[in-house]
Formats: sequence, C-alpha cells, structure tokens
Amino acid sequence: MSFINYASREINCKIVYYGPGLCGKTTNLQYIYEKTNPSAKGKLISLATETDRTLFFDFLPLDLGTIRGFKTRFHLYTVPGQVFYDASRKLILKGVDGVVFVADSQEPRMDANVESVRNLESNLKDHGYDLAMVPYVLQLNKRDLPTAIPIEEMLRQLRIKSEPYFEAVAPKGIGVFDTLKACAKQVLIELSKK
Amino acid sequence: MGASDLIMYEEEFQRIKEVISKLRVDANANVVFLVDKNGQQIAATGDIERLDTTSLASLTAGNVAATDGLAKLIGEKEFSVLFHEGEKDNIHISIVGGKVILVVIFDERSSLGLVRLRVKRSSEELNRLFQQIMEKTERERAAGESSFDSPFAEITDEDIDALFNE
Repeated sequence: MSFINYASREINCKIVYYGPGLCGKTTNLQYIYEKTNPSAKGKLISLATETDRTLFFDFLPLDLGTIRGFKTRFHLYTVPGQVFYDASRKLILKGVDGVVFVADSQEPRMDANVESVRNLESNLKDHGYDLAMVPYVLQLNKRDLPTAIPIEEMLRQLRIKSEPYFEAVAPKGIGVFDTLKACAKQVLIELSKK
Repeated sequence: MGASDLIMYEEEFQRIKEVISKLRVDANANVVFLVDKNGQQIAATGDIERLDTTSLASLTAGNVAATDGLAKLIGEKEFSVLFHEGEKDNIHISIVGGKVILVVIFDERSSLGLVRLRVKRSSEELNRLFQQIMEKTERERAAGESSFDSPFAEITDEDIDALFNE
C-alpha cells in the first residue's frame, strides 16, 4: 500500500526482503546502506538479538530521487527468517508494495528456501494479497559458496512465476542493487497502472 | 491492493496539520505526529528537528503491530492506547479510526491525564477527516482515470533507470 502525499509531493513505497534464516536479507540492506549517498538514506534500524539475528525487522528508508516532481521514497524492511518468528514476519508484510525473496544457494538450505516461499505465499494471502500479483524478485544469494547448487535447479524449485532473478553475493554487493532496482521498477510500474 | 492506497490531498493535509498543531498546544506536548499502520509518516508538528521522524514512524508502527498481535492472542480486538513512560519524556500512542496512529511526545510540563483528554477530542476530528479522505479517494477512483491525475500514469523505463543512475 503506497502512500501518495500531494501536499508534500512525496510517494512512499514499502519493499520487504523475505527468506529463510541466515540467507542474507540483513546483509543486503547493510550493503545498500553502506553504498548509498548519505543524503539519500536514513538510519538503518536493526531490531536484532545479541547475536545479531533479526528479531523483529531491519528498516532502511531510501530516497531515490524525483519522478515527475514527486519525491520517491522506498522503505526497505527485512523479516526475521527463523521459522518460529512467523507472527512477527506476518506483521511486517502488512501494506507491502513489493517483495524480494532472498534464497540461500547452499544445497542443505534448499528445503528451508522452499518452506519460506510457501510461508510467504500464505502470509501474503492472510493480508489479502496474491503472490502472483505482487511485484516480486528472486535473488539467488551465496553463489560464491562451494556447496551452491546449479541455478537451473534452484529456479525449478523456487520460481513461482516469470519473476526476474539475480545471482548474488550479498557481502560483496554482487547482485544487490540489481535486485533492488528490479523490484523498485515493478513497484513503480504497478503504481502507473492505477 | 490498489483500493487500499492512501492518497493525501493538499486541502485535507492542511486540516490534519491544523488539528495536530492544536492538539500539541492544548496538550502542552513537544511533538505530535501521525503515522499510518504501515509505518509511513503522514504529518508531524512540534520540536521535530532533533528527532529522526522516519525511524520513529517505522518503530511506532512496528510497536503497534506487535501490540495488536498480543491483543489478538489474549482475545482482545486491539489495545487502542499505548503509553511509554521515561525519566523525562513520555510517549502516548493511540489508534485513530482503526487505521492511523497518533503519537504524542511530552515531558513534565504536561501530564498523562491532560494528554489523554486532548487526544480523545482530536481523535474524533481526525477520524472524520480520514473518513473524508477515504471517501474522496474512492470517488476519484470510481470516476475513472481521466480525473484521477496520477503522477505516475505515464512513467517510462527511462524515468525509472534515471532514478538509479544518479
């Protein structure tokens, strides 16, 4: 649910990074935060446990610039990945405009990826969204690890529509901005249809 | 999902700002701001220069969402008021019309009783205003795209690419 303010000429959209525990959602946000011009970003907020696992969410506001005189602002959120945080995860999806699914390429994590996609689908449904209609991008993260399984295999198991996908190594920033850009683009195109 | 978008027009925005400015004075508060339940700041007034209002908005919405979750777990519809007491500053959070979050930050120059009383009055007014906004958005939408002048109606790929090349 985007928020268009004609008075201050601003448009706000919400993108949520989803995926299983330790797949690199927070790392994506951290990289974006590090590489963004200070004038274009707000504070990166992480509600994490003492061991830096996301407890509730990470939040990063990002100013992308102006379209047709409207300041375009994206709010990026991550969800906690572990299965038992489902109640929190569901709350964060509320009012989402676009979703990035971060998949862990390691072979032993494939089951967790699949479970997380299903969980996303069902949590969106509870909010009245259909994953098939929501702007959506698939990121195949951790491509640099030796146990990474072939892309074709990941797509076969995880791709749910013809969503764009990107290979990524989040700590090095590979694929991070491509992913965000693809999602933001879909969100804006969706807005233009309304 | 389009039907639930919040669109704010100049006229209503000014009236909302008037209501919260009045509330700030009446309640003797430092800051009053409005956030939607998704964490987008709608309007703010008062001593906001020293505050990171974007973060405040997002955390407030997270807080309200988590508290809503707690309410449902014990069989309540919602907790419509949240109050956080600090050594110097306090935060009073309330839900207006089930949709919007009203946040009042105040210190020892005011009191919880006064804030509650003033918030209650302003809430009714804000509720009416947001009702009007929703109706207006619906009307505009129903009237078709010709009268609904979306700034994004003719967005191009180049526009979007330009955003990322700056």
